[in-house]
Amino acid sequence: MSTTETNPAQTSAETGNASFGGMQARSEVVINTTARVSIRNLDFYYGDNKALKAINFDLPEKQVTGMIGPSGCGKSTLLRVLNRMYSLYPGQRATGEILMDGKNMIDPAVDVNELRAKVGMVFQKPTPFPMSIYDNIAFGIKLHEKLTKSQMDERVEWALTRAAIWEESKDRLDRSALGLSGGQQQRLCIARTIAVRPEVILFDEPTSALDPISTLKIEELIDELKRDFTIAIVTHNMQQAARCADQVAFFYLGEMVEIAPAAQMFTAPKQKRTQEYITGRFG
Amino acid sequence: MSTTFTPSAPVRNADVAKGLAGRRKLMDAAVRWFCIAATILALAFLASIIVTLLWRGLEAMDFTIFTSEFRPTTYGDATAQKGGLLHAITGSLLMVSLATLIGTPIGLLVGTYLSEYARGSQLGNAVRFVSDVLLSAPSILIGLFIYQLVVLPMGGFSGIAGVISLAIIVIPVVVRTTEDMLSLIPNTLREAVVGLGAPKWKMIILVCYKAALAGIVTGVLLAIARIAGETAPLLLTSFGNNVVSGDMTRAMASLPVAIYQQANSGYPDLIAIAWSGALIVTLGVLLINIAARALLRNRG
Repeated sequence: MSTTETNPAQTSAETGNASFGGMQARSEVVINTTARVSIRNLDFYYGDNKALKAINFDLPEKQVTGMIGPSGCGKSTLLRVLNRMYSLYPGQRATGEILMDGKNMIDPAVDVNELRAKVGMVFQKPTPFPMSIYDNIAFGIKLHEKLTKSQMDERVEWALTRAAIWEESKDRLDRSALGLSGGQQQRLCIARTIAVRPEVILFDEPTSALDPISTLKIEELIDELKRDFTIAIVTHNMQQAARCADQVAFFYLGEMVEIAPAAQMFTAPKQKRTQEYITGRFG
Repeated sequence: MSTTFTPSAPVRNADVAKGLAGRRKLMDAAVRWFCIAATILALAFLASIIVTLLWRGLEAMDFTIFTSEFRPTTYGDATAQKGGLLHAITGSLLMVSLATLIGTPIGLLVGTYLSEYARGSQLGNAVRFVSDVLLSAPSILIGLFIYQLVVLPMGGFSGIAGVISLAIIVIPVVVRTTEDMLSLIPNTLREAVVGLGAPKWKMIILVCYKAALAGIVTGVLLAIARIAGETAPLLLTSFGNNVVSGDMTRAMASLPVAIYQQANSGYPDLIAIAWSGALIVTLGVLLINIAARALLRNRG
């Protein structure tokens, strides 16, 4: 795993194969100083229920940000604010700013479909469309670009290769995607997301419906993808956060309690609630 | 004489338990046999209908049924030619297909509205309720309604009035199945589609309809099966006709009405033709139902 931009001050403090609570965390501490997405004073409401309270942090460019916390803490909600998925449902609203390229992405003036082309999402359960593997990938591309047949073929192959599923699917591109296994379907969904060439990819517990081997493949893939994409991943699995994420944010009752480089988060959390959660005292 | 202690209570309990078990077994057997008897009774009626239908229906069934229009009875006239049901078959095919063509898109759009746009809304609930009422309304009411609305102003029975009344029967069937089938699609699939930056209408047409296609087609087939056998509304709208006609502004024959009229004629040869018509309708509806079941089984 290569890291490009390293904060030397923190690296010196956190080197070594840090472990905490039996977990191996990343030894390097990498904080890219360029924020791709900046979340500022974000509040979110389900009707009258305030689910996120004054959230402030950045998603550093080409880094993986892990979001952890007990059920109902708001981490998935936050992910769904980042691509405005909540706007599908009446009664849900967000206030504050999600800044990308100087624009506030939750401002209704920003076209939601353009936003979603920039910020892709992979869901908890694989969601293949009821069509061929090829059409699954081409679907998203066709929404945003006009490509010739050969350009499209090329892009589909590129996406499937990047999602590490090309070898398994190249001989059956015209067959239904519903015939793939769960793990394959999830990689197909990742391929479908990156085929649109977003800048940010949101993963909402992408492996919680998968077996350990498929989980490993997805985690390796996430590690690979961060060379090109800014990634946010919500997970219930703290080992997964430790393995995948460069920085980890801990949420509790709608607040972001702490955010820190992964190694520091799992070895020396500053907040008592963080420590209690990662040592399994609640959650 | 030594008294031995006999634990009387447990013995009595065992007897009670034995008695209870016996009663339960008896009850179990009785209920089982009641169920079997009821099933046999129901199947016996069905079998009797089918056997009678086949037996009486095949009596007059020949090529003429499909090639000839209505002709008066041959009863007591050896030189007269036997008639057929061509007028009724073409009338039914014409009216049923037009009614399906009109009713399906309307039902599809209403079902889509209920599932995709009006979930949980007051208006949606009202529309769903009205549609369900229409689904179970006696079809003669629909006939009366069209009689008032179309037949009287037009000054007479017409094929178009028949088509409209059948289309009104198609709509709630298609609404119901469309909404049910679309509701089966998990929300995560919808989110995945819009998550790629797709507008809602593309999500519905390109993905939701595709996912629900087999179910929706099944609904349409069931609606066709339903209207193919409808008699009451047609009696008040298209009425009947003795010749093959494609004129929608005039009265038009249909199989159910032709069956009704010829079965009432009193002439044995016409009654036999009515039985053949009944057999044709039943086999047609049966085929459509089998197709619908096969589609549902093979979906996904």
